[in-house]
Amino acid sequence: MCAAVLCGVLSGCGNAWNDPYPAAESGQNILYSAFVNRPKHFDPVQSYSEDEATFLYQIYEPPLQYHYLQRPYALIPGAAAQMPVLYRYGKDGVLLPDGAAAADVAHTVYEIRVRPGVRYQPHPAFAKDASGRPAYVPMPAAALEVATAIPDFPLVGSRELIAEDFVYQLKRLAHPRLHSPIFELMRGYIRGLSGLHEALAAAAEKAGPDAWLDLDEFVLDGVEVVDRYTYRIRVEGTYPQLSYWMTMPFFAPVPREVDRFYAQPGMAEKNLTLDWWPVGTGPYMLVENDPNARMVLARNPNYRGETYPCEAGDDDVAAGMVADCGKAIPFIDRAVFSREKEGIPYWNKFLQGYYDASGLSSDNFDQAVQMGGEGEVGLSDEMRAQGIELITSVSPTVMYLGFNMLDPVVGGTSEAARKLRLALSIAIDEEEFISVFLNGRGSPAMHPVPPGIFGHEPGEAGINPMVYDWINGAPVRKSVDVARKLLAEAGYPGGRDVNTGAPLVIHLDTTSSGMGQKSYVNWLTKQLRKIDLQLVVRDSDWNRLQDKLRKGNAQMFFLGWNADYPDPENFYFLLYGPQGRVATQGENASNYQNAEFDRLFEAMKVMSNGPERLSIIRKMNRILQHDAPWIWGFHQKAFVLQHGWLKNRKPGAIVRNTLKYQRIDTVQRSEKRLAWNRPVIWPLGLMAGLLVLMIWPMVRRYRQHERQTVRVADAAEG
Amino acid sequence: MWAYLVRRLLYALPILMGVNLLTFALFFVVNTPDDMARMQLGVKRVTPEAIERWKVERGYDKPLFFNESAEGGGQLTDTVFFDKSLRMFVFDFGAADDGRDIAREIQQRMGPSLAIALPTFVLGLFVTVSFALMLVFFRATPLDFWGVVMCVAMMSISSLFYIIGGQWLISKVWHLVPISGYGGGLDAPRFLALPVVLGVIGGIGSSTRWYRTIFLEEISRDYVRTARAKGVSELTVLFRHVLKNAMIPILTGVVVVIPLLFMGSLIIESFFGIPGLGSYTIDAIQAQDFAVVRAMVFIGSVLYIVGLILTDLSYTLVDPRVRFE
Repeated sequence: MCAAVLCGVLSGCGNAWNDPYPAAESGQNILYSAFVNRPKHFDPVQSYSEDEATFLYQIYEPPLQYHYLQRPYALIPGAAAQMPVLYRYGKDGVLLPDGAAAADVAHTVYEIRVRPGVRYQPHPAFAKDASGRPAYVPMPAAALEVATAIPDFPLVGSRELIAEDFVYQLKRLAHPRLHSPIFELMRGYIRGLSGLHEALAAAAEKAGPDAWLDLDEFVLDGVEVVDRYTYRIRVEGTYPQLSYWMTMPFFAPVPREVDRFYAQPGMAEKNLTLDWWPVGTGPYMLVENDPNARMVLARNPNYRGETYPCEAGDDDVAAGMVADCGKAIPFIDRAVFSREKEGIPYWNKFLQGYYDASGLSSDNFDQAVQMGGEGEVGLSDEMRAQGIELITSVSPTVMYLGFNMLDPVVGGTSEAARKLRLALSIAIDEEEFISVFLNGRGSPAMHPVPPGIFGHEPGEAGINPMVYDWINGAPVRKSVDVARKLLAEAGYPGGRDVNTGAPLVIHLDTTSSGMGQKSYVNWLTKQLRKIDLQLVVRDSDWNRLQDKLRKGNAQMFFLGWNADYPDPENFYFLLYGPQGRVATQGENASNYQNAEFDRLFEAMKVMSNGPERLSIIRKMNRILQHDAPWIWGFHQKAFVLQHGWLKNRKPGAIVRNTLKYQRIDTVQRSEKRLAWNRPVIWPLGLMAGLLVLMIWPMVRRYRQHERQTVRVADAAEG
Repeated sequence: MWAYLVRRLLYALPILMGVNLLTFALFFVVNTPDDMARMQLGVKRVTPEAIERWKVERGYDKPLFFNESAEGGGQLTDTVFFDKSLRMFVFDFGAADDGRDIAREIQQRMGPSLAIALPTFVLGLFVTVSFALMLVFFRATPLDFWGVVMCVAMMSISSLFYIIGGQWLISKVWHLVPISGYGGGLDAPRFLALPVVLGVIGGIGSSTRWYRTIFLEEISRDYVRTARAKGVSELTVLFRHVLKNAMIPILTGVVVVIPLLFMGSLIIESFFGIPGLGSYTIDAIQAQDFAVVRAMVFIGSVLYIVGLILTDLSYTLVDPRVRFE
């Protein structure tokens, strides 16, 4: 400990002793954050998790992006110079006018024009030698031998972004070795993707496991390069959601040179792959990749340049979110992400000022947040004294208890089963769950669509009339008596089968674990006991649950969905018949099937947001609320804490390229850190004193022992 | 001695094969190749085709132990078990399920693990042996009594308490060292001080009691009485004679641990954000990455066997009566 203190003194000149960052970083324009789970994939064709999105969305720039401040979410150009131009064609190949019925559209062409002059981050894949040939293709043995990371290559280069790079990436979706999670979805829309996949699979088998496949030698019918800055994607029928997919790295550009560079022998053994070292045109680039300890993003010196948005709602204007309107972004030079696997150090480092923002776990909720008399949320005095700010938002998620519609008891379309499901929906009090287990961080769901997504309606129009009544301007859950009545009508009066007299036992499959699990199970058991039903909870791991769902062996299960994009289609497809889990291994885990709902879904899916679409969504909601294939559960509310020195942080889980908009007041941060972390040295002196006080009598005793004569010692022992 | 060593190494082979077989069987009792594919491919939009392709690519599409469709020896060799086991015996661990090179990961993470484990081990040994000898010196006095009480109390407390309490007091309240993290070079002591100190404190209770028992047994021997009769000081008696003669039981418990220091500490690495091998193993178990789990268990077994052989060798150094015959 003394050595550490000494080191603290030596290294700390001006820094707090417990500062976990190098003294050289002191006062710099660096954002400090943390990550819990190590990212698995940085290849834009593979990455599909939030753990990776934190980094990847700052590095790659897909054709489109979401407006940072506008809500509902609005699409704006990213790497594209303008929004895609759509051409719809009929079955006879004739160009259809705007507003043509979706049923008449045989295929749609998206024409995307790329911004000219955009350049890639500096990277060795673009480096040229004196003769103008690629410096690292073929890879010199000496260069590979010393390189352990991409920054180890001394020569770097760049080049302009062109339309071919987007097409190259679209071909990578079909690459058999890359396992793109959206390949199966996209092969249904992008013409020729299936054929390309088969051709690549055959070529890969012929060439051997490590051979590079030059995708330029393969044709993808549905994608076409028009000129240096323009390309087209041809989609079967019409698929408006493609625009949302164009905000994701799946559609970001990957240059052929980069693919060629990483495919060279000996690179993968050193983790020198695109899956480890991404190459993009975005505002940041990955300069340190140690997912076990820390990841560092640095400003991309070749970034095209962008300005902070000025259009915002009144709330954002009042909150000062447009103070930087029109200024060049990104503001922050570097972002350091440290791995924190445990919540306690993460939280304490945030309080010490070493992380600029933090989520809020249940463990720290009471310390950070206080609820008002009417349920309003505010920061605790301790947090306010530190200048910490609380930002809340409803996440685009839905957490639900699903019924397996193939189950003989709770499933099926019979009136009895439907009433049983409704009885359970009423009995399980989601409001109480949110209050007890989530500290109020959630709102009860009425249907799959969360607030902030088109199709979610507030007020009386948006409630689930099967479970709630609208009383005095607020939704009120129906009484347990209603649930009991429904249960009796379902053939289970008093919770017993009317024919056999056997008690009805409901089986819930869940993957939740941890300290709160027992309380949760007890609470759920109590909910069912309100209508005299018994509950058996079968706790299993994620894979076992998935196995049961695939085989249709679960009765009731707890699942959630996090939106890919802000469109109701991305929620209703979870209940679309042809997506049935048992029949097609799709995302409809309830195996719910309703012909009318499916018909409405197909119509709604291809429509633009507007009154007509809303009308269809209302009908879909009524069908779902009537059939009750889910207990609708809740939508999570995200609570984020941030220090006062962090500016322009707008919550919104759909917008993931947020780093470039944020700004830090580094002077304020340095001052606060020093003020909050002054070393307390006196306990060390006290401990040293106590140690001396303990040792001194021992030394005295030892000396006495050594000096005493045999006679005295005998007398003492005798 | 060489014949003994060769014999022990040959004995190790069936042990390693057994460990490998057991690891394989236990892992695949709770996980199927489909589960592994799903863990790697994510939770959204994973199709059966994608799972099948993943399995084929990584060789998990074959039967686990016995291939009925193959002929002759292929029935045993054309299996997942054979494919995955053979290369490991030449320390070729291959790639993790996420594609990263395992040997490279181990190489990178060994340093941080040792940086924590080695000082904790050396310092802990010094502190606990010294403390035990002190209690023995003051045996049958109130100091000895309260020392033992303190040891019992300390060994009754969970190591998590020391870690969380230490982080709270030293880092959060006194602001003396970073609460977690890891840095190389001159920065390292700032990050290592707290986990090392807490690691030592956490081990004091049980180790001191164990060493005290050993020393008490030795101190009643005739040679100790003879040494005292010759007028040797008590410190010399304890540190030169008692400690030396108590070495066999100490070495039995200590030397075997030394090679395992490479494997890191699961809890300390996790709480202090140390990117070592302990957290690598935990991550692999959570991610159902069989390649990494298998490699780490194999290395652990090899190191344990090496530790046992080193223990045997160390006996000859401290006790001339021990011979390899």
